[in-house]
Amino acid sequence: MSLHDIIFWILSLWAIVCAIFVVISRNPVNSVLFLIATFFAISGHYILMNAQFLAIVNIIVYAGAIMVLFLFVIMLMNLNTDTEPQKSRLVHFAALISAGSLLLVVLSAFRKAELTQIPVTDAGDIGLIKVLGKTLFDHYVLPFELSSVLFLAAMVGAMVIGRKEVVEEKSTK
Amino acid sequence: MPIQSYLFLSFSLFAIGVMGVLMRRNAIVIFMCIELMLNAVNLLLVAFSKVHGDPGAQVFVFFIMVVAAAEVAVGLAIIVMMFRKVNSVDINILNRLKN
Repeated sequence: MSLHDIIFWILSLWAIVCAIFVVISRNPVNSVLFLIATFFAISGHYILMNAQFLAIVNIIVYAGAIMVLFLFVIMLMNLNTDTEPQKSRLVHFAALISAGSLLLVVLSAFRKAELTQIPVTDAGDIGLIKVLGKTLFDHYVLPFELSSVLFLAAMVGAMVIGRKEVVEEKSTK
Repeated sequence: MPIQSYLFLSFSLFAIGVMGVLMRRNAIVIFMCIELMLNAVNLLLVAFSKVHGDPGAQVFVFFIMVVAAAEVAVGLAIIVMMFRKVNSVDINILNRLKN
């Protein structure tokens, strides 16, 4: 068992346990914190696969920006364990069964697939910023520019949705 | 590590995300479980990009993150608006949107 394997198992266990706690913890703030821990584990996996750029972007964008947004919204609404709506035991059981059977079906479909035996954690230079930048600006310039338009639309949309509805009151008068 | 380990890990994370979507009633937690599923798919894409030696998949993961960021901004705005109207983030409230 090499060092790679040990780190892989530790990170996998960490990711799965934290993901389970995201689902089962009653307090939404705890859910967010466990989800951040899961994202750090996934970033660790990216580093293990030598995808350095994505590891950094994952930490900055997901753990840094998106999760802070979630945390802000939850604290703004003052959600905690007391206000948390709960489904019945039956629904919990049904969710567990259906997710488990989904996992079982997909795994059994892939069990006999003839996958390559190349180890994933071989050091390669695909994940480095230099290679990814060249690929991005050689082949994917148009999606890159379109994503900036998407961001502009999302920004304007979030503001339009989130503001107080003053215009509607004026029009009704 | 062989690719099978990464397949198993990604599917497990995805199934946990599905379980969360089915199990919880808080709209924000459901949203977080969707993020978890997106991340499981990202992990698998990176693993396959390493196996096939193709940087295109990692660029695709980058775009998934971009779209997820935009989606979260708009989605949370919708949830905040819903909370302002009905004072709850319970998804069962959404039943009443028709009236």
